[in-house]
Parts: sequence; C-alpha cells; structure tokens
Amino acid sequence: MAEMPAIDAQRCDGCGLCVNVCPCDALAIVDKVVTMIETAECNWCTDCEAVCHTGAITCPFEIVGQES
Amino acid sequence: MWPGRIWDAVRVRSMTVQLDFLKRIPYFSGVGLADLESIKKLIFEKTADRAEIVVLEGEPAENLFFVASGAVRVFKTSAEGKEQILNIVRPEESFNDIPVFDGGPNPASARTMGPVLLYGIKRNDMEAIVRNHPQIALNVTRVLAKRVRQLVSLVEDLSFRHVINRIAKILLEQIRDETSHVPRLTQQEMAAMAGTAREVVGRSLRELEEQGAIKLDRHRIIITDKEALQEIMAASS
Repeated sequence: MAEMPAIDAQRCDGCGLCVNVCPCDALAIVDKVVTMIETAECNWCTDCEAVCHTGAITCPFEIVGQES
Repeated sequence: MWPGRIWDAVRVRSMTVQLDFLKRIPYFSGVGLADLESIKKLIFEKTADRAEIVVLEGEPAENLFFVASGAVRVFKTSAEGKEQILNIVRPEESFNDIPVFDGGPNPASARTMGPVLLYGIKRNDMEAIVRNHPQIALNVTRVLAKRVRQLVSLVEDLSFRHVINRIAKILLEQIRDETSHVPRLTQQEMAAMAGTAREVVGRSLRELEEQGAIKLDRHRIIITDKEALQEIMAASS
C-alpha cells in the first residue's frame, strides 16, 4: 500500500481546494469531506498541504539515514 | 523555459460574475450592492488549466486578478532557474496588485496550481474604482499593508536568518535516536520549528538536496551525507 497524505476529517471544511490542485486525482470530496484515493501517481508534491487553510491534509516526510 | 503553458492559453469566459462572491473579496468589503453592481460590469472572467503561467515576471501589468476558484502560486525565478514562492493565492484573494497600482512591470510570475477561474479588472478601471469609492481605497490600503507585512517577514527570513542551517539541525536531531521509531515531519512543522515560513522550508530542502546532503525520495528525506549536513548546521553559529 502506497504511503499517502494524511487527512484529518474533523478539520476539513470541504472547500475542495486540495482536490483542485492535486495533479494525480488522488483526492475527492465525499459527503463534504476530503477523501484519499490511493494511487501510485502521488509524487508527494505537497501542494494539497500547501493550499489547505485548515491544516486538514498533511504530507509528513519520514526522515531516515542513508542506511535505512 | 517556463514550466507551464503561457498566458495566451488562458481563456476569457462569458460574464457570470457572482455578486455574493464579490462581497467576500477584501477589496470590496463594506461596499453597497448598487456600487458592487456597477463594479461587476468592469470585471471579466478568465479560466486556466493546471500549471499555466497567468502572469509573467517583467511583463507590463494590465490586470488585477481575484481568484474565484482554485489556487495560484506567485513566485520569483532566479537567473539559475531557482524558484522562491512568495505567496499562494486562494479564493477571494488577489494577485498582481502592486504593478497595477504603481504602473511598473509584474514583479513576480503567477502559475496556476490546478484549474482556476479568475476575475480580472483592467488597470485603468481599477484606478477609476479607487478614485470613486473611498471605502475601496481604504480596503486596498489594508490589503497592500498586509501584503507588505508578509513580504517583510519573508525578507527577514531570507536575509537574516540562516534557515537552511536550522533545517539541517532539525533533520539531524530527528535521526539522533537509533530507535525503530521513524520520525515524521511536515514542511509546516519544520517551518514552525525553524521559526520560518513553509515556503522557505521547501527552498531549503531543495538546496540541501543540491548540496548532496539529503535526497528527497517521495515521502522520505534520506540523509545521504551526515557530515555535510553537520557542516551546514555548524555554519549558522
């Protein structure tokens, strides 16, 4: 299962801006809340996180050493 | 050279500007319906697809834009092609304000982040609106003052703070404990930890990658050269 951006449904106000900017159609608004659609196309551009004004969608980076 | 299609691909649409939407734009806050109706007649619509350049740095400024839907990234590009994001413009917010009011060329470029609908006003029309509506003149002053405050903060980050050194420190701190726990941080969290803006973190990460200290691998930041990262961190003191 591909790692995908994280969604906090409680914070989402359903504005749909993240859906608008997502270049790989990995997001959809379902029942006024953003929902993630798993896709290998997601290249972690973090645009969804950048435009979200409520902090409902986040793209955390794993920080690892070379050997990991 | 530009990472997106250019302005001429942007299409002008038929006039369906919504009055309710205009009322929510900070420029038109507190303006009466009759005045808004007359302003509405001066507004045109443009649509653009993802990754289109809608304003090009250095070109003459012809229009002020409000984002009706979608989002627009405003950025500067260096001679080496590096980008510095200045702002992300969301619905109800404006861009290209500065050259419209000072008459100079566009100080930055603007590229759509997804499909967008823009409301535009020609420079001369905007000047007439400001002349005739003191409330709008006051609103414009507030919007521009807020913009100046944001840009001053960005100048401070880019000029006086060694953000890249602090980002290096933050990354090194995350891998200090050799436990099974894999630390995870968003760019927003790194920005908060470094006392800077998210836009500056993105640039710092790219610089660290260019210097060979890290590698950005989708959702991973791989520290490829710990010693180089330590040297960058130490350079801040």
